[in-house]
Amino acid sequence: MRPLTEEEAKMVFEKLYKYVGKNLKALVERSDEAHCFRLHKNRVYYMRESLFRKAAPIARDNLVALGTGIGKITHGGKFHLTVGALELLAQHAKHKIWLKPSSELQFLYGNNVLKAGLGRITDNTAAYSGVVIFNMADVPLGFGVMARSTIECKTLDPTAVVAFHQADVGEYLRSEETMS
Amino acid sequence: MAKGEQARAKKRKTARGDGKLASEASRHVLRKAKAGGLGKVAGFTDSNASWLKPKSKRHKAAEAAQVARPDSDDSMGTSGDDFGSEEVSSAEEGEQCKNLLESEEEGDGSSDIAGSRSDGAESIDSEADLEEGSSGSEAELEIEKKSRLVEKQRARDKMHAEAEIKDMALQWQREAEGQDDELDDTSMIIPQAVPDLTEVKTRIAEIVNVLENFKTLRNPAMPRAAYVDSLKHNVKTYYGYNGFMVDCILGLFGPAEAVEFIESSEVARPVTLRTNTLKTRRRELAAALINRGVNLDPIGKWSKVGLVVYEAQIPLGATPEYMAGHYMLQGASSFLPCMALSPQAHETVVDMAAAPGGKTTYLAALMRNSGIIFANEMKNERTKSLVANCQRMGVTNAVISCYDGRQLTKVLGPKHADRVLLDAPCSGTGVIHKDPSVKSSKTTNDIWNCVNVQKQLLLAAIDLVDAASKTGGYIVYSTCSIMPEENELVITYALRKRFVKVVSSGLEFGREGFARYRDFRFHPSLKLARRYYPHAHNLDGFFVCKLKKLSNGAKPPTGEANDGDETAKADAALQTGEDANPVSVPLPGKPRAESNGVRRDGDDGEGADGRRAEQKGEKKKKKRERGIVKKAREELMEEMRKLKATDDAR
Repeated sequence: MRPLTEEEAKMVFEKLYKYVGKNLKALVERSDEAHCFRLHKNRVYYMRESLFRKAAPIARDNLVALGTGIGKITHGGKFHLTVGALELLAQHAKHKIWLKPSSELQFLYGNNVLKAGLGRITDNTAAYSGVVIFNMADVPLGFGVMARSTIECKTLDPTAVVAFHQADVGEYLRSEETMS
Repeated sequence: MAKGEQARAKKRKTARGDGKLASEASRHVLRKAKAGGLGKVAGFTDSNASWLKPKSKRHKAAEAAQVARPDSDDSMGTSGDDFGSEEVSSAEEGEQCKNLLESEEEGDGSSDIAGSRSDGAESIDSEADLEEGSSGSEAELEIEKKSRLVEKQRARDKMHAEAEIKDMALQWQREAEGQDDELDDTSMIIPQAVPDLTEVKTRIAEIVNVLENFKTLRNPAMPRAAYVDSLKHNVKTYYGYNGFMVDCILGLFGPAEAVEFIESSEVARPVTLRTNTLKTRRRELAAALINRGVNLDPIGKWSKVGLVVYEAQIPLGATPEYMAGHYMLQGASSFLPCMALSPQAHETVVDMAAAPGGKTTYLAALMRNSGIIFANEMKNERTKSLVANCQRMGVTNAVISCYDGRQLTKVLGPKHADRVLLDAPCSGTGVIHKDPSVKSSKTTNDIWNCVNVQKQLLLAAIDLVDAASKTGGYIVYSTCSIMPEENELVITYALRKRFVKVVSSGLEFGREGFARYRDFRFHPSLKLARRYYPHAHNLDGFFVCKLKKLSNGAKPPTGEANDGDETAKADAALQTGEDANPVSVPLPGKPRAESNGVRRDGDDGEGADGRRAEQKGEKKKKKRERGIVKKAREELMEEMRKLKATDDAR
């Protein structure tokens, strides 16, 4: 477990910025308790500072996970957000879309969001911006990238893709083995 | 004269013909009557006995009457002719004919009418008979008929069942011999006795009944042990337990309750789920699930987060709510240790055997994600489900590690935690329905191996806790085993080794822990521990015990130190003071509790105990002696006697 290098930090923040925008500041400089990002076995964790201090005695080999796992650094050196980050993103998300109950499960199986399943959408969402996807009961289900802007969405035919799938909570069941 | 004779003969002929006709007619009517009411034949009752007699008898009676009054026509005229004419021997025929003739001569033309009249009278009679039969005796007969039919059916069924059993036995035998492939037909004729399971079950019920009311129902020739042995045997065959498990279960419960326990261990407990209070509330979750077609209810007064599911049209482990971490599917019994531990906010808590995370996430929810939870799991594969569940449930205060629990004290350092939850790995005798192989695979060795690990883990858990903690200093030990060896005995061991005491776990229900079991004598405070059984609480078999750490450090291995500790006073009292080594307690019947496995009987320790016990007063000895020890002592005495005898002989 170590702090992120400057490069890594830049990658992580850039990615987070796509979803939370300027709320990133609230994420890093929290009012309640100092939080930090740590890298452990190519995974990026977000946690209270007290937590990682207390976890210090645990050897690197034996430490499996701590705090909130928000993403991983791939072999290619890129940063991917994983579903663990969903709660953080949902709290601070700039752009959101809501799914109709009928297409909830379809998204939870890893499919893109189609126009037919789109219940609501925040205004002024640009194409290719990050969105957090909720169901109509405001339960965060995952996140993705908009394929079209809000205005374009209005005129689309029902089978057209509105948002590309990136992560969804169905992964907790589908890929439990690759969580850590 | 000749003419007269001829005429007479002629007359006789015609009369005879007439008579024949008449008798034939009457016979016909009779046949008709017979055919018309077959039931009538069966319907004869005693009320008809005055006139109704078996044919041969009646014939004889008629003959006798004839002998007495050879010319009595009227007796023949009405009823005699039709019956009599049926079975007349050739020798009698003449006389009979004569009689007939005479009778016919009296009223030639009216014979037909008379015959028919007589028949009519008889038919009326028989009709009356029929009515009488249908009102009284007929109903009885119906029942009899039915019962006969039923009996027949039963006999047939039994025959079929037997045939089937034999068939199956043959088949099994064939399968057993399948490898050889050389089937000898004659060898297969003798089928192995296949137990009839329903019969075995009724037998179990019967024996239990007898054992419950032993004084009144017993067969005086049979000792209780014989009944118990038979019960064991039947339970083994019906439920597939091995002898060791049956012994243990019958040692824990009375016969009726033991069978109840076994019976309820066959079926799964109801599906229960726990609301994740970090993300939602129980009422909201229940509403969401009811919308999805799940029929559920709160689990009971004792839990504010539990829901019990009666019926679900959708898979509960794949709803959007489940994936979003609003609830966890977990047995109701695994709520209990978390509730007993009741961690406070901002504490440091260690879960020593955490996977798959049901209890860990509950602890996090109780702490509202504050403080820190060290969730440890020894097996690497199992940490994956632990991580996934913690992430799904939104747990952010967990540090997940992969250590052997016994090393944790070394890794984290002693006195590191405020509270420790040890849900120890166990033999799983409380959750037989989840893994039925437990019934047949567990042996004494398995149990004692578990006990060994559990003792080490519990000591490690106690060492992790800081007795000086302002809010905590508690350890909760739980297993899903019902064996006192894995529960009370382990706690007793910890009480001897560390400065801890058993405290109330704050759970409203559950049975008290054992203070004594077979020849074990546990610490009396173990009554504060709680036991749960499938038949009594509809939970998995479970044991929960909460310990409070009084002082850091280990107890010195001498008995004197025990006396210094107030919690060990009762223990010390039990140990009768004089033992220098708390490990081998001189109490007869109290097993030696050592980390390298404890044996109850049969080894040298018992003998030594017995010898020491002898040295003490007679009263004490009598009070405390029990089965095995007594036997051991007797054996020892006998050996001594033999040795003496041989010495004397030399």
